[in-house]
Order: sequence, then C-alpha cells, then structure tokens
Amino acid sequence: MSNIHVTTTVNGDSVEFLCDPRETLLDVLRDRLTLTGAKEGCGTGDCGACSVMLDGRLVSSCLVLGAEAEGKTIETVEGMANGEELHPLQRKIIEHAALQCGVCTPGILVAAKALLEKNPDPSESEIRFWLAGNLCRCTGYDKIIRAIQDAAAEMRGAA
Amino acid sequence: MSVKAPLPHDTAGLHVAGSARYIDDIPVPANCLHLAFGLSNEARGVITGADLSAVRAAPGVITVLKATDLPHENDVSAAAHDEPLLAQGEVFYHGQPIFLVVATSHLAARKAARLANITISKRPAIITIDEALSANSRFEGEALVWNNGDAETALNTAPRNVEGSIEIGGQEHFYLESQAALAQPQENGDMLINSSTQHPTEIQHKVAEALGKPMHSVRVESRRMGGGFGGKESQGNALAVACAVAASQTGQPCKMRYDRDDDMVITGKRHDFRINYRAGFTKDGKILGVEFVHYARCGWAADLSLPVADRAMLHADNAYYVPAMRIESHRLKTNTTSATAYRGFGGPQGMLGMERVMDHIAHELKLDPAELRQRNFYASQKDTGPKQRTHYNQKVTDFELHEMLERLTDTAQYAARKKAVSDWNANNDILKKGLAFSPLKFGISFTLSHLNQAGALVHIYQDGSVHLNHGGTEMGQGLNQKIAQVAASEFGLPMERIRITATDTAKVPNTSATAASSGSDLNGMAVKNACNKLKKRIIRILSNHWETTQSDVIFTDGMVQIGHHSMSFDAAARLAYESRVSLSATGFYRTPKLSWDRLKGRGRPFYYFAYGAAITEVVIDTLTGENRILRTDILHDAGTSLNPALDIGQVEGAYVQGAGWLTMEELVWDTSGRLQTHAPSTYKIPTCADRPDVFNVALWPGENRENTIYRSKAVGEPPFMLGISAFLALSDAIAACGEIYPALDAPATPERILKAVNRVRLG
Ligand code: FES
Ligand code: FES
Repeated sequence: MSNIHVTTTVNGDSVEFLCDPRETLLDVLRDRLTLTGAKEGCGTGDCGACSVMLDGRLVSSCLVLGAEAEGKTIETVEGMANGEELHPLQRKIIEHAALQCGVCTPGILVAAKALLEKNPDPSESEIRFWLAGNLCRCTGYDKIIRAIQDAAAEMRGAA
Repeated sequence: MSVKAPLPHDTAGLHVAGSARYIDDIPVPANCLHLAFGLSNEARGVITGADLSAVRAAPGVITVLKATDLPHENDVSAAAHDEPLLAQGEVFYHGQPIFLVVATSHLAARKAARLANITISKRPAIITIDEALSANSRFEGEALVWNNGDAETALNTAPRNVEGSIEIGGQEHFYLESQAALAQPQENGDMLINSSTQHPTEIQHKVAEALGKPMHSVRVESRRMGGGFGGKESQGNALAVACAVAASQTGQPCKMRYDRDDDMVITGKRHDFRINYRAGFTKDGKILGVEFVHYARCGWAADLSLPVADRAMLHADNAYYVPAMRIESHRLKTNTTSATAYRGFGGPQGMLGMERVMDHIAHELKLDPAELRQRNFYASQKDTGPKQRTHYNQKVTDFELHEMLERLTDTAQYAARKKAVSDWNANNDILKKGLAFSPLKFGISFTLSHLNQAGALVHIYQDGSVHLNHGGTEMGQGLNQKIAQVAASEFGLPMERIRITATDTAKVPNTSATAASSGSDLNGMAVKNACNKLKKRIIRILSNHWETTQSDVIFTDGMVQIGHHSMSFDAAARLAYESRVSLSATGFYRTPKLSWDRLKGRGRPFYYFAYGAAITEVVIDTLTGENRILRTDILHDAGTSLNPALDIGQVEGAYVQGAGWLTMEELVWDTSGRLQTHAPSTYKIPTCADRPDVFNVALWPGENRENTIYRSKAVGEPPFMLGISAFLALSDAIAACGEIYPALDAPATPERILKAVNRVRLG
C-alpha cells in the first residue's frame, strides 16, 4: 500500500510526514516524529498511556490513524512545558512524588490537562472518574489525585 | 542529611517531560530489525509439521528461525535448563514460542508470525490443580513437608477445630511497559544488550550461552523498567536471547517488544494456589496446632517455582506463634504459562492461608478478629521472656505488631467503626458493610542464601562530582534515588553532585536480581562500603596535608573537616588526584547471620522481618456482588525510612495491587488451556476509581534492630500483603448475611461474592 502524505500541527509546529494508511497516530508520533512521550501500554484503547489531544479532544492515539491527523492539531506531553518552565501539573506530579515507573505519567498529564481545561475545579470524584481510563500499576493513584487537585488549586489562584 | 529526606524519584523531571527513555524509546540505527514469536495454539502436543513458507514470503520478513536454526544453547530458563527459547519437537503450553520472525518492522514481524501453518498432534493437557494431582504431574518428585512439633496430636487433643480450603487465583503483573530488549552487535562478535530486566546478570549469562561465548563478550545495560513486580526477573530472558541470536546472525541491531496480548499469553504470572487447612485451638482462640497443604500451580517449567513455593511455606505462620505446624507443599506441573516471581514471591499466598485460618476461628468463636489475632501474635520485642521461634526455628526478636495494632486501631477508630458497621448491617438488607484488620510479618533476604550479596562502583572525579553504579535495577521503586541519598550522606554532598547511570554488567559484575525487596538493603550497603574506602583515602591525604591526626573527621555541606581544618570536598578531590591517589573504589556487601536448610525447613533464612498492619472497610451490594473499598488505614514498618515519600508510594501502590489481586483481577484459562483474559479489556486491574475513598497511610516510627543501611527496612514487597485486609473485609460483609462462615475464594469477584452471599443466606 502506498504511503500517504499528511500535514498537521504538533505542539504548535507544523509537521509533515508520510505514513502507511494503516499506521496508528501513536506509531507515527513515536517512530516517525521521534516523540516517544506517548507510550503503548495496550494498543487497544484500554490503558490511556498513549493519550494525546487531537483538535482539543482527548484521544487514545493507538486508536487513531496517523492519516486522520491531516489538517488537525495534536498536542502531546512534549509540548506541555513552556520552554524550561514546567506546567503546574508537571511540577505537582514531581512535588507529590506521584510517579514510580513513569510509563503512565505522560498519558495522565495529558488527560489531566484536558480535564482542567474543561473544569478548573473538579471534585475528587470527577478526577477519579475522568482518569479511570488511565491505568497506573505502580502508584495506587492517591498521590496522582492529590497532585492534580493541588495543581488545579494553584492554576485557579493564578488565573 | 540526604537520607531520610522525602525526595521524589530521581528522574521524575524526565518522566513528566516524556523524555525518560525505556527500551522502545531508545533511538536505533535505521537498519534495526524487529522480532516476533510465532506461538503454539495448543497447550500440549507434538509438532508434526511446520510450514513457514508463507511467513518467509510475507512483506518485510528477513529471516525466520526455528529451534534447529539456533547456533548453541536453546534455553532461557532461570536455572533448571527446561525452558527452550523455541519449542523443540513438543509444545507444553498455549502461547509457547515455536519460531522467531525477523522483519523490518514490529508490525511486519507480528503479522508474518500469524501466517505459519503448524500442525500439532494434541496430547492430553494438564490444566488444573486437580488434573495435575490425578496425573501426579509435579516438580521435585514429591511434596516437600516441614514438621515443627507434633501438629497431629495438637489437633486431635485441641478443644476446638476448624478445617477448610481456599482457592487463591494467580495474577498478571501488568507492568505498564511490556517486555522489551534490544541487541546491537559490537566488534569482535561482542553483543550489547539493552533489556527491561530486573536481572541483567542473568540476561548476560543466557545470552552468552546462546551465542556460545564467555560472559565477557556480552554487556547488558538496564536503565529503567516501566514496572517489574517480579515479572522481569526471568521473563525477559527470551526476548534478549532472541534479539542476540538474530543480531549475531544478521549483523544488524534487533529489537523485540511484546505486544500486550503476546506478553500476557507468553509470560509467567503469580502462582495460583489451593490451600487446605486444619487448625486446633483453645476456646479463647489460642492456636495449638495447624496443618496446611499447599497446592501450587507452577505451569510447564520450573522457573522460580521452588523458591516461590518455599516462601509460601515460610509465611504460613504470618504473624502468629503456632506451637505445632505441619506443611505439605505440592509443586504441580501443568500445561499453562510458567508461573514466576511476583511481588511477595509466594509469601502472599502462604500468608493468606493463615489469615483464612484466623478469620475462620474468629467466626467460629464469635470473637473480634483483631483481638483474636493479637492473642496469637508472637511476643513483643519488648517482652523479656525467651524469644519465640517460627515453625522453621528462627527466633522472632524484632516483633512490632502489638504496638502497631494498638496504634492503628486507635487512629482508625476500629472499635467504634466495628460497631457502626454492625449497626448498619442490622438496618440494611441490600448493602452490607465489612471491616477487617490484617497484619503482616515478612521475612527479608533471598532464601537462596548466596544471592544475598551486592557490588558497587563509585568514582569521584577531579572536580568533586560523584558517579556511581550498583547492581540493583530501577523499575520505578526509586532505588537509584535512595542509593544516591546514601552516597550524598556519606560524602556530605548535595544530591546534584551524585549521578547514577544505567545498571551495567560491565560496571558491576555478578549481581543478583533486584528482587526479594533487597534492592536498597544490599546495594545501599555496597555503595556505603565503597564510599567509606574513598573517604579513608581522602582523610589520609588531608591528614598529611595538614599534618594532623585522623580523628574528628566530618564530611558535611560539601566540606571535609578534620579537627579545625576544613576544605571543600571538590578541593579535597582535586588534592587527592594531584597526590596520585585513586578516586575510584568498588564496594561489596553480603548479608550476615544467614543459614538455611530448605529441605529440613530449619534455620535462619531471614536477616530480619518487616511488619505492617491495615484496616479496610468495604461495602457490597448483595443483589449483584458489586463492591467498593470505602476506607483504608495503614501503618507500615520501613524501619528508619531512607525516603518517606518513596516508601509511602510503595505502600500505597502495593496495597492497591494486593487488593486488586484478591478482588478484581481474574485469570481465566479455558479447559483447553487457552488464557481467556489476555488483554486489559478482560483482565481488570484497579483503576483510579477503585482506589479507597479514604486512604490513610503512615509509616511506623521504628528502626531496624539489625544493622541495615541507616537502620531502614525493605519495603518493595511487604505492603502488597496489606491488601489481604480488603479480602477479609469482603468476607466480613458477606458473613453479615447469615450464620455460616462464607469461605470466600480469591479473587472475590462480584460473581464469587454473590455466590457466597447466597450460600450464607441459605445457611
Ligand atoms: S496504548 Fe492506547 S490506550 Fe493503551
Ligand atoms: S507509575 Fe508505573 S504505571 Fe504509573
């Protein structure tokens, strides 16, 4: 099958790539654009490790085709920090020691950022249910929730 | 001082930026090839034909290897030489690798692997514990039996008895990063392996065997794993060996990562157990004797099953003094994946057997289960009488649980909540609540005593910055941070002056697996040993320099002080360098005081014990079996914690994983031996929504009585077993539905809970 040419925006930069029409967005990001922040935990949409934003919508990039990115904007964990300055969610995840092996962390950050954009003051239950699609095998989730609450509070204060 | 500081993971900054590299993130040369296994779709049989022409013809395929194409050893077992990389003539489980596809992409390799035409003449497969027993299919020839005292007489003469049986399911590790390895050929036929492994030395050993080379021709590097939990102690061997063989044949780098489905089908899991028990006790609930029969389903190959089953026996007492005990342990060989190491290494299963006994007795005597447990605890370390011994004759000298129980029942308001739960249950027919306490005592050390050793390599550069390596591997537990804290404290340096790089067999040789919770105990001491050698050298230099005697030396705040002289550490390093003194040292440590005879079941297998206690409250819906954890309170003993933030993280994560094992994580093999739950769509690990609503975790402010690294205690595995309290709480809620004992099996899925509720309701 011949490759297709795709033009898209990734973390604010315009990007072009060629990909197999059957190739997932996750594989394109990782293998063609060397953005390995999004991880493959399952490849079937069940773990959230591959979470990215596609035109402002939270998606599992393992369930999206690379070709679907044509003309769209993609945001990944690599674009979260502003240069050297970490996003408050990133900072709070570190401060709360809310990661262990770290494979789930990029997906959780992208998902949490999407939540706070919709709802700057989520209740604990809202966080828990929003993140129910992001598996973490290491932490038991407690510190992750606290870090997100803390970041949300800081972001509300700053706004 | 850096030790005891609650610092986050050392590479947390990389993780939040998405730039921490796992195997699959390492940039590889453009000619890198990708591997996939072709798997058996029968659980047992003889391979009568293997037509791989379609595989070879598939797009992107470079070569396909069968067992007969392997140049040297065809073995990836941990020790027993019973696990071929590729099946040779016969297959022993559904999912066993039969051939290896080498292709230009991961997807091309996987797709091609499905095109084979393999014919297998089926043989009767042994899947269940009962099938294995009736076929007498086992490892070690016969059951291992340990006797301490005369359990039979104790049982026959005891005023009261209970007996029963519990089924305990296995568990998939579900490390979020699946198994992966990368092999890159070097000059002179040498091989560089990057592996997601807890045991780089074993990878080195197996790759060397497979290539027919001495170990010095193979270098293994492990920077980090995306979770291990025991699943990467031996299960990474196959990938690393496959990559090495393919790389040596093609001369190109080769990478292999299991897709999640393949990972779940191919790799080993926690052993499922059946435990039969009979216990005799007084009418106040004092245990007089217990008999256990352990049936462990080990799968098709020995792997680590024998030490796992041993450790289950070693934890059959959990925290209780049992005057007479008999344990019979059957290690059953079945046509399922080879069960392997998993956090706790058999300890959780053995412990659950004893907690079931306690729970059953409490129900029988209508005694408060926490009270009953305390009556049977080993004597407190403060007790001045002669020390009690375990059923394997080790003295229990550091017992902390009396005090921990008192503290925890107080902070968790156990008595008041127990009352509130029973009031609730009296007034509610549909939703029933349960509350349960469980303690744990976990033995720390490898039971194969020679594994209790570690090495380290520490360099001080002439600018005073420190670089070190040790034999432990980083799987998310924060080992490198703890070890860096040790070095920073020893040298009195800020953390940023210490750098730890990937675990590397070329830096520290002959390492043990990072397992048995031993990572910081062993490697911390080895690093301290190396730091001490270097400090001595620096002290000698400075003493000469200032012409002073060597007492009163302090390394602190980046300075070295001797008496009233002082100099920056950096300047001291420079001076040592200019004085032609070596600033590089190796360190070594071996755990003292161990002696163990596993066949007799006598000795001191453990250097010390770690303790913990949990109280969990749950609610169940008696119409559907659905359930939730409402609140969990934990008090855990990490000795003098090297890093409370990391240790509490271990406790929280371990508890949730332990509760997952006993509640929602269900492995289902069908009668033909096919694993039905081989993806997260069907195998459910706890999610964010399953974590307890209220989750209070505290560390017990104790210190290790043994001379461990800064008097800390190992923390990787022990808190896993606190999850038992969730299981007991579910049983408590079910018990509220009637009179009889629920005799709940694990995992307590909604289906099992519903069945148990109905059983109890019918009486
Ligand atoms: S890899 Fe996409 S959801 Fe798991
Ligand atoms: S930190 Fe390992 S999966 Fe979340």
